[in-house]
Amino acid sequence: MTTTVAPTSATAPSGKSPGGSGKPKAAKLVRMLPLSPAIGLMLVFLAGPILYCVYAAFTNMALTGTGAANVKFVGLDNFRKAFSSGAFTNAIWLTLVFTLISAIIGQNSLGLGLALLMRKSTKVVRNFVGTAVIGAWVLPEVVAAYLLSAFFNDDGTLNVMLRAVGLPGQDWLYAAPIIAVSLANIWRGTAFSMLVYSAALSEIPKEIEESAEMDGAGGWRRLAFVTLPMITRAIMTNLMLITLQTLSVFGLIFAMTRGGPGTKSQTLPLYMYEQAFSFSQIGYGTAIALVMLAIGAVFSLIYLRGLNSEAA
Amino acid sequence: MSRKRFKVAAVASALLLAVTACSQGSTTKQPDAGSSQSSGPAHIKIAYQQWGPGVVMKNFLAGVKSEYEAAHPGSQVEIVPVVASENDYYTKIQLMMRSPNTAPDIVYEDTFLINSDITAGYLKPLDDYIAKWDQWSQFEDTAKGAARGQDGKTYGVPDGTDTRALWYNKQIFAKAGLPADWQPKTWDDVLSAARTIKQKVPGVIPFNMYSGKPMGEASAMQGFEMLLYGTKDTLYNYDQKKWVVGSQGFKDSLNFVKTVFSEGLAPSPKDALSPNMGSKVGTELLPQQKLAIDLDGSWIYGNWLKSGAKPWPQWSTVLGQTAMPTQDGSGKGKVSLSGGWTWAIPAKSKNPDAAWDFIKTLQTQKNAAKYATDGAQIAVRKDVASDAAYKSSSASTQFFTDLVSVTVYRPALPEYPKVSNEIITAMESVMTGQTSPDNAAKNYDQAVEGIVGGKDKTTTQSTGQ
Repeated sequence: MTTTVAPTSATAPSGKSPGGSGKPKAAKLVRMLPLSPAIGLMLVFLAGPILYCVYAAFTNMALTGTGAANVKFVGLDNFRKAFSSGAFTNAIWLTLVFTLISAIIGQNSLGLGLALLMRKSTKVVRNFVGTAVIGAWVLPEVVAAYLLSAFFNDDGTLNVMLRAVGLPGQDWLYAAPIIAVSLANIWRGTAFSMLVYSAALSEIPKEIEESAEMDGAGGWRRLAFVTLPMITRAIMTNLMLITLQTLSVFGLIFAMTRGGPGTKSQTLPLYMYEQAFSFSQIGYGTAIALVMLAIGAVFSLIYLRGLNSEAA
Repeated sequence: MSRKRFKVAAVASALLLAVTACSQGSTTKQPDAGSSQSSGPAHIKIAYQQWGPGVVMKNFLAGVKSEYEAAHPGSQVEIVPVVASENDYYTKIQLMMRSPNTAPDIVYEDTFLINSDITAGYLKPLDDYIAKWDQWSQFEDTAKGAARGQDGKTYGVPDGTDTRALWYNKQIFAKAGLPADWQPKTWDDVLSAARTIKQKVPGVIPFNMYSGKPMGEASAMQGFEMLLYGTKDTLYNYDQKKWVVGSQGFKDSLNFVKTVFSEGLAPSPKDALSPNMGSKVGTELLPQQKLAIDLDGSWIYGNWLKSGAKPWPQWSTVLGQTAMPTQDGSGKGKVSLSGGWTWAIPAKSKNPDAAWDFIKTLQTQKNAAKYATDGAQIAVRKDVASDAAYKSSSASTQFFTDLVSVTVYRPALPEYPKVSNEIITAMESVMTGQTSPDNAAKNYDQAVEGIVGGKDKTTTQSTGQ
C-alpha cells in the first residue's frame, strides 16, 4: 500500500527561522510583492467567511421570520441561550464521549497496536492487514456509513454473528447509538493513526532497541521506556490531528442515525446543523460553531503543551 | 521556533475550516430586480416540493404549463421540483429566495410557513394584482385570510385546504370485534380500540400518529395539535396575544404520545422516525391492510386514485372515517385542524407579472377543480365546492368537508414555525423514552419563552382562540 502518509512533523529538520537576518525593509517589501495575490485571495475567501461567521454568531440572523429581514446585533444572547439549554449540554457531553471513545482511546491505541504488531510480522500479514485497514479509510464517508449501518442494524451482520454464538443481540443504532457511531468512527479512522505510528516507529534506530535488549530489558519495558518516549512527538501530533478531525465528524453520524433517536447521538456538529438549517436559526448555529472552535482550541493547547515540554 | 509557529498556524486553520462550514450568503435586502416586463415572452421558474412517489402535482403543473405556453407563444415555463422532505424543503426554498440569481418566480408555500417568510421579506404582496382579478371573489373568506400577513396584505393564492380525522380499516375492526360504524367519544375510546386490536389481530399496527422531527410539521399538526386542541388548552391566547406555556393539556397530549408508543400501539419509534413515514403509511401500511387506525389528513386517498402513487380502488369500502374526539368528549366533541398551501411570488422574482399570469392560469375554475379532485383537496373556491363532479369525487369528500365547521387554524404568526420545531422536539424525546412528558413540557416552556422574548410574553391561560 502506497497511500500518502501525513508527514510527522516530528522528524522534519528544524532550520533557523528565515527572514530574521536584518535585510533592508524595502527589499523585504519587494519580496512580498509576488505573494500579494495569493494573500489577497486567502483574505477574501478564507478570512472573510470566518469574520462573517464571528459576526453572525452575535446576531439573530435566521432563514425566515424577523431574523431574515432585519439582522440585529444581540450581543451574547446566542451563547446565553446555548449554555442554558439542555439540548446543547447534551450535545457537548456526547461530543466529548464520542471523541474520547473513538479518537483518543479507539483510533489512537488501536493504531499504535497495529503499527507495533506489523513491525514484527511477516510481509504477507503486513500487506494483508495494511490493505484491510486502509481500505476502510479510503472508502467515502457516506459509503462507510451505509455499510456500518447495515452492520449494526437490527438484522445486521453484527447481530447475526452474536446470535450464532448464542449471545443476545440488540438494536445497536437504536439502543446504543453513540456506541455504534463511535465504533464506526474507530473502524474508519484507525488507518490514519496506524500510518502515522508506522512512520514514526520506522525512524527509531535499531541499535537503540538492541542495546536495551542487551541490557536485559524485556518486551514491555522496552516499549514503555524506549519505544514510546522516542515517538512522543508523533503521539502528540497524531492525538491533536485525530481529536480535531473527530470533533467535527458530521457525515458519518448524520448518515447512520441523523443524531437520533431523540438526541441520543446528536453531537455538536449535528446540533449545529439542526439549529441552523432545519430550524433556520443561522445566528445561533454559528454561535455553536464558535463554541466548537473553543473546545478544539482547548484540546490543541493541551497537546501543544505536551509537545513543548517534551522538546525542552 | 518556526516549527512551533507552523504547528499553531496549521491547527488554527484546521479549526477555522470547520467554522466556515456554517457561514453563508448575505442577508441584505435588495430592491426588486426587473420590476415590470408584463408584455412579451418570459421565462418563469416554478418551485414546488416533490417527495415520495406522488406525481399529482407534477402532472397537474405539466398540464398547466402546456396550456400557458400555448396561450403565451414564446414564453417558457420551467418546473423546478425541489426534492426534499418537509423541513428540508422549507430550508431549500428559503435559501433560493435569498438571492435574485436563484429565486424562482413562483413558489409553493405552506400556510404554516408563509407568515414567517412574509416577515422575512421573501414574498411580494399581491394586492395590486388581486384588485384587478375578477376570480378572487370566488374564494372562501377563511382561505383568503390564510396568506394574509400581519400588515394586512395578501401574499399568496390558496389552492386548497384540508381537514384531519381518524381513518380506520373496517375489515380489521371486524376481526377484532369492533363496530363498522366506529364513533369514539374520548381519547380513551381510541386507546381501548387500539388495545383491542393489538390483542386480537396480531401482526397489525393498531394506531398511527405522526411524531418526531423527521416528519416535521406533519408531526406537530396532524399528531400533536389534533390532541392539544381537543383539551381545554391551546398554543396561543388571542385575547392576551401571548403564547401559552405550562398547560395541563400540553402534558396530557405528551402523555398520550407516550402511551401509544410505550404500549406498542403505534409503529416502533424507529420506524416512526423515518422521514419516509408519510408516504409509507399512504402507499404501504394502509393499502396492505397492516394499519388499523390512522390519524391523518383528508388528502391521503389521493394516493389511491388512478392517478395516485398506489392505486387502490377498494379503499372506499375498506376504510371508514370518523372524527378525532376531544380528550373527554367535552366542547364540540370532535376536533380538526386545517392548513393548506398557497402559490406565492418571491420578492426577488425577475418576472412577477408573468408569474401572476401563470398563477391565474393555475386557478381557473377548471384547473382548480381538477387539482381539488386529483390532489384530494378540500376546495377553497365556491364554484368548485358546489361543483357536482367535485362533491362526488370521493367517498370521503363530504365527511371531510363537513369537518370545516369544527376546524381550527394554527396561530398564523411568524413565531409559529419555531414553536412547531419545539413541539416536535418534545414529542421525539417522549416517544423514544428519553424524557418524561413533564420534563419535555418544561423544556418546551423554556424554549418558547426564549423564542418570543421572555416570560412576560407568555401566559398560562388558554382561554380564547
